[in-house]
Amino acid sequence: MTTLSDTGAPPEPDARRPAAPRTVRSTRRTPMTWLRGGGLWNLLFLLPMIVVFAVFSWSPIVQSVMMSLQKTNLITSQWVGFDNYVKVLSDPLLGEAVLNTLWFALLALVFGFPVPLFMAVLMSEVRRAKGLYSALAYLPVVIPPVVAVLLWKFFYSADANGVFNTVLGAVGIPPQPWIQDALQAMPSLVLEATWAGAGGSIIIYLAALLGVPSELYDAAEVDGASIWRKVWHITLPQLRGILFIMLILQVIATAQVFLEPFLFTGGGPAGATRTVLLYIYDKAFRNSLGGAYGEATAVSVLLAIALALLSWLYFRLTNRWSSS
Amino acid sequence: MSIAADRRAARRVARQAEAQGDRTLISDYDRRRPGVRFGMRVTHVFLFVTLVIAGLGPILWLMKAAVTPTQDTLQQPFALWPSGIDWANLSTAWNDIGISQYFWNTIVIAAGAWFFQLFIATTAGYGLSVLRPRYAPILDGLVLATLFIPGIVLLVPLYLTIVHPPLVGHSLLNNYLAVWLPMAANAFNILLVKRFFDALPREVFEAARTDGAGPVRLFWSIVLPMSKPILGVVSVFAIIAAWKDYLWPMLVLPDPAVQPLSVRLPAVQSQTELDVFLAALAIATLIPIAMFLAFQSVFLRSAGLGGAVKG
Repeated sequence: MTTLSDTGAPPEPDARRPAAPRTVRSTRRTPMTWLRGGGLWNLLFLLPMIVVFAVFSWSPIVQSVMMSLQKTNLITSQWVGFDNYVKVLSDPLLGEAVLNTLWFALLALVFGFPVPLFMAVLMSEVRRAKGLYSALAYLPVVIPPVVAVLLWKFFYSADANGVFNTVLGAVGIPPQPWIQDALQAMPSLVLEATWAGAGGSIIIYLAALLGVPSELYDAAEVDGASIWRKVWHITLPQLRGILFIMLILQVIATAQVFLEPFLFTGGGPAGATRTVLLYIYDKAFRNSLGGAYGEATAVSVLLAIALALLSWLYFRLTNRWSSS
Repeated sequence: MSIAADRRAARRVARQAEAQGDRTLISDYDRRRPGVRFGMRVTHVFLFVTLVIAGLGPILWLMKAAVTPTQDTLQQPFALWPSGIDWANLSTAWNDIGISQYFWNTIVIAAGAWFFQLFIATTAGYGLSVLRPRYAPILDGLVLATLFIPGIVLLVPLYLTIVHPPLVGHSLLNNYLAVWLPMAANAFNILLVKRFFDALPREVFEAARTDGAGPVRLFWSIVLPMSKPILGVVSVFAIIAAWKDYLWPMLVLPDPAVQPLSVRLPAVQSQTELDVFLAALAIATLIPIAMFLAFQSVFLRSAGLGGAVKG
């Protein structure tokens, strides 16, 4: 992979062109020289990207900032300053949604984050059936998320004959209400999300574990280090770059969690799983007569600013990480 | 496999590992110690059991439940067909609930998303990396900047863009372009492809140009054939993303006749009998799993890339 980044910065953009005859004339740039230099072809190749990004990426980004300062019903809109922001920030429902999202993120961090790492460390040690284990671990990622959630929704049946409750019953634990209970709903969502996402992280950690220099382990053994000390003092410190990156990626993903609360509980019971994204969705699209688009975008912009900071940090890290 | 053959295989693997000099946490010397050997065996059993239960278990259960009558699934979820196999579930789901139609819609959406993402990523990557006009750095920056903007901020304005698109004059709701084109505006794809193109040897391009190849020929006959690995990765990303997407197609495809499986499945749940519904879920997982089994290595390589280790 490093070979890619080595050539990532080409020496001089113009140095690799057959520019010799052109440099003489290049003191004056006219449309004719532009055309002869292949300017039209350059533009033709870049035009699809420019159009698609302009319409579906750049302009919506600008629009979202503008809309958050407007009151709009799709036909007419008027500037209202920071009214939308004031309105949503004083809405107790948003505070609740933020807390719910943080709760989801924290649970995913405490329970979901270490599991793939643990599995990957074990999987990298076995020498047979490695491919089989990777494939098995990755299978849940392949199942379409909607199917996974609907299937787990059935697994979570509060009935004593529910799939999970049958398993619990076999070891003598009474049936649990799972997603029907305000306290258990969020951990249940996190359990499914962890199951659905662990495979991807395992594959990434497996790749990263290959990069740990074997001399470090050799040296530690000369010093008489036990297996656990090697894990603690070599493996984990060597993985800290990718661990931090995965941490940021996970926080960015969990802050935007939508599918699980939307399909499992619809935000219930009693608003216990209403996340920020569900709040935005409700504001903009729940009311079929036309949503509070300004307020919804105001929340989106606030969330985006927070996440953009994280993404920026992530990008800085990956760049440093891949170039070292 | 006999114990002797087992041991021979283990020795061969160990020798190979030693020859390549790549070792992991536990050294080959340690691996021969009885305690560690026992530990490795326990690890194998643990991994096998855990991964089969967590990875394969739900899928196998779904396949079983797809051909089990509702009452059996409800009362004894783990019993294997106490009152016989009900194959009719599958055909009922396929024909009567219209899964066949939604299945087809999903394939059309995924195919279009694949085409547009690949088209934009390769032409843009070629333009930004190989042709590289003077204004390319500005475009680089503008594309890169969108990576920092989470998709959620675009939700509402993008929806309004689809309802009132520029120049077209009529709403793009219920039109697959509304799904395909926003997916094609994917900065991550362009970055991946551009970095791959950056690493291709410039001498080949020079040689082709000297031989009279124009920009289009260079793109089609030289650059693309040299880039099959990254095109495979982007294809997997594109198809998976399209197959998985839920919120966006739900918003821009309100007409059930054009909706993909992911949108239709939750919608039909309340009016469908459980066994038929589970059969529908099983059908919806078949193609992704078949694709994964067929292109396993590409999938796993893409997964590794997805974690940002993109050089």
